[in-house]
Amino acid sequence: MTATEAPTTGHVGQVRLRKEDARLVTGRATWTDNITPAGCLYMMVVRSPMAHATVTGVDVSVATDAPGVVAAYTGADLADAWQTSLPSVWQVTPDVKEPPHYPLTQDKVRFVGDGVAVVLATSRQAAVDAAELVDVTYDPLPAVTDVAQALKDEVLVHDDEGTNRCYSYHWDSGNVDEVFEQADVVVERRLINQRLIPTAIEPRAVVAQPEPTGGYTVFSATQIPHILRIQLAIVCGVPEHQLRVVAPDVGGGFGSKLNIYAEEALALALAQKLGQPIKWTETRSEGYQATIHGRDHIQDLAIAATSDGRIVGFKADIKADLGAYLQLVTTGTPMLGAFMYPAIYKLEAHDLTITGVFTTKTPTDAYRGAGRPEATFAIERMVDELAAELGMDPMEVRRKSWIAHEEFPYDTITGLTYDSGNYEAATDKAMALFGYDELRREQQQRRDDGDTTQLGIGISTFTEMCGLAPSRALGSLNYRAGGWEHATIRMLPTGKIQVITGTSPHGQGHVTSWSQIAADALGLPYEDVEVLHGDTAISHKGMDTYGSRSLAIGGYAVHEAAQKVIAKAKRFAAHLLEASEDDIEFADGTFSVRGSPDAAKTIQDIALAVFAAHDYPEDMEPALDAEATIDPENFSFPHGTHLCAAEVDTETGRVTIRRYVAVDDVGKVINPQIVEGQVHGGIAQGVGQALYEEAVYDADGNLTTGSLLDYHVPSAADLPAFETDRTETPATSNPLGVKGVGEAGTIASTPAVVNAVVDALRPMGVTDVRMPTSPQHVWEAIEAAQGGAA
Amino acid sequence: MTNVQITVDGTTYEDEVEPRLLLVQYLRDVLGKTGTNIGCDTSNCGACTVHLDGRSVKSCTVLAVQADGATVDTIEGLASTDGAGGDGDATAGWHPLQRAFHTEHGLQCGYCTPGMIMAAADLLRENPDPSEEEVRHGLEGNLCRCTGYVNIVKAVRTAAAELRGEEVGA
Ligand code: FES
Ligand code: FES
Repeated sequence: MTATEAPTTGHVGQVRLRKEDARLVTGRATWTDNITPAGCLYMMVVRSPMAHATVTGVDVSVATDAPGVVAAYTGADLADAWQTSLPSVWQVTPDVKEPPHYPLTQDKVRFVGDGVAVVLATSRQAAVDAAELVDVTYDPLPAVTDVAQALKDEVLVHDDEGTNRCYSYHWDSGNVDEVFEQADVVVERRLINQRLIPTAIEPRAVVAQPEPTGGYTVFSATQIPHILRIQLAIVCGVPEHQLRVVAPDVGGGFGSKLNIYAEEALALALAQKLGQPIKWTETRSEGYQATIHGRDHIQDLAIAATSDGRIVGFKADIKADLGAYLQLVTTGTPMLGAFMYPAIYKLEAHDLTITGVFTTKTPTDAYRGAGRPEATFAIERMVDELAAELGMDPMEVRRKSWIAHEEFPYDTITGLTYDSGNYEAATDKAMALFGYDELRREQQQRRDDGDTTQLGIGISTFTEMCGLAPSRALGSLNYRAGGWEHATIRMLPTGKIQVITGTSPHGQGHVTSWSQIAADALGLPYEDVEVLHGDTAISHKGMDTYGSRSLAIGGYAVHEAAQKVIAKAKRFAAHLLEASEDDIEFADGTFSVRGSPDAAKTIQDIALAVFAAHDYPEDMEPALDAEATIDPENFSFPHGTHLCAAEVDTETGRVTIRRYVAVDDVGKVINPQIVEGQVHGGIAQGVGQALYEEAVYDADGNLTTGSLLDYHVPSAADLPAFETDRTETPATSNPLGVKGVGEAGTIASTPAVVNAVVDALRPMGVTDVRMPTSPQHVWEAIEAAQGGAA
Repeated sequence: MTNVQITVDGTTYEDEVEPRLLLVQYLRDVLGKTGTNIGCDTSNCGACTVHLDGRSVKSCTVLAVQADGATVDTIEGLASTDGAGGDGDATAGWHPLQRAFHTEHGLQCGYCTPGMIMAAADLLRENPDPSEEEVRHGLEGNLCRCTGYVNIVKAVRTAAAELRGEEVGA
């Protein structure tokens, strides 16, 4: 996709170069760490080097006397600062265990990185030095590093809870036992969806500053300034109206900045206590301990089908490693996938159990896709395993079992209604682009030749649910917030507008896309639209950016606010043109009287007339500004077909992606360049999981992949050029016809790649390769298969 | 404390610095030149890439005292005129790499971008017409978590063509 000349009509659906870029490419961005108020104190958190221990003493006296140090506090010192524990937003079951989680621990440390004390100094370096002088004594306890061990409840992470089982959730529908008994074929597998570290390239940072007029401003590298404001107000006891939260330029999130973190609460509490600005920026290695991880599921799966390849049932028993504490959406992350195990297939029976388990590791939470990558990986891997069992082409099995285009809207077995979709169209396009049949022929040739480099073809015909979410649906699931989104349009006297959005972009290009939506709706030049966000003093209302929700809900709110502006302007136009409102037509920014095209006012004319307010209808206020709060009626269900051709060197275990083709259907598209970028980045993260990334703990609970040296975030040299295309089946749940796109690539790509790797090795008897499919894991899989065969 | 004299983006600064101060901290914390970012503590991410006497370095791997007497160029000095603050004409003074990252959508959050562009500038100095593979390997030391690199590679090759004097785009 290359940039094109501006067409004469319409911005929606066209490439518009991003308004965001100017400051980013010239080094003029405002990252949180760039903000250093006068008199700022640097905060350093003293963290546990042990995974699990009783804290027998914390002595900050030497640190307090160190040069440059202003204060140092233990967990006990700050115990009164907290009105309540850090929040967990989703009560997933009535008896879910929600142990308290305070910004500094007092009794016990529960993971390497758990905060025990805090040091404040006049320079970054002084704080770093002084933190080393804090004397903490520990009485070590055994680490709990895997869920099987944790579920024995021999060592408890939270003693008061009496168990490491945080919750168990069960769902079934259809006659599961009967369907599985009568099925011609049942395939069972245990798959491991390993622990990942999100690694937004901007580390987390926070600056909390007291305002001279009272109240506080908190700058944070966060995806959720609005949610952060209300939660920090509650945790720290600051009246909400006296707390302003600003998400300045934010360097990526992927879920890792979708949280209420200890350091955010500490910075605010200490700004309250000392009356001085407090600043904290994590180092990358610190962040690898203190910022949430993702995934970490053990999946015991079973798929049932008829002998001709029609899928009839799916069972999933999921053990989710939650880590040591509940962060904001720790409990809910596996649940966000709970409804998606059946994916695009028409099942007769489905059975799901999710067990959330505490361990002595960094908490897990929502990482790009949050639950849906896990579910999609499970079903898409199992469909390939089923096809292999049946000796069928895996695409053939899918075609026999998926929801046909004419069956939409479709009520799924998990109670969702998929509003639209066209799996046939996306698949046909992807297969043609990929050259599926030709690659299958090459694969056969290499198998016949006994080539040491085998070719595998992996398929992922994914769908997902995103656009969190209808508030009533969330309420019925005991999610403690709504899913609406807000937009305001301010009409300025010269006919320029400011769009204020409740979404909080950190790379997604909302400023550009929202400008396109508003410009088209109001018939204004694209340049005449400014989009403001990420500051609660400007954008007072919002639910922020995560879960691929921003466009389908926030973009919709912009569109809706524009309709309200038009409705008002129409009445002013009728008044000014001395016509009946029913005779006023609006097109391309101009109101005209039906039948007399010369009688017309532009929206700019009306903006100025309303500003002057000399002549307007009796029953109106002289204002065109409007706001809209949109609560979506349904989730959004993007889908697509991703195909991967991977070469696997059977001697070295090395995997190389040769082709990667993705055809995504994200409904109507506002800016194809931005959408394509989201897909590229999403695929890269999913491929990262498939091939390279894993957060590894040793038996003592130490994170052995504790920095970017050991945790392999893929570089340009590790990835191929992804080939992307789209089909466009509009969503019916919003007037723009749009679906989410932010997570689609990540959700789709992991199973496509792993299916390709397993497919390459299948003639050797391999039926799974544990992720990441590194040379070592490939080699182990070959060894295991051949040992088993011998 | 040690006295250093360093020319950054054309301005010569003289400061007393601690011997352990990293060049990137000198730029950011002492000079307030926050265009250069920090993304790691193990010299893996490349977010901090600048030019030291014309060659690309990760400024977190260099001590400020090692840069004494040297010339440092950062993203902030790359545009020939101050290109900040707008669209349209503002891009005219940009370096071809800055323009190409914009037109090819080679950035999303933009946090890796200053380092990525500075690394790419040095890559193109050494190899004015790199293949896709050469760009991918040349930028191996710079991590981007947002873009999947496809458009970064495109942007670098587009800028390379422009720097070679070829007609670009349209
Ligand atoms: S900050 Fe220098 S390489 Fe990461
Ligand atoms: S654009 Fe976000 S890290 Fe590269």
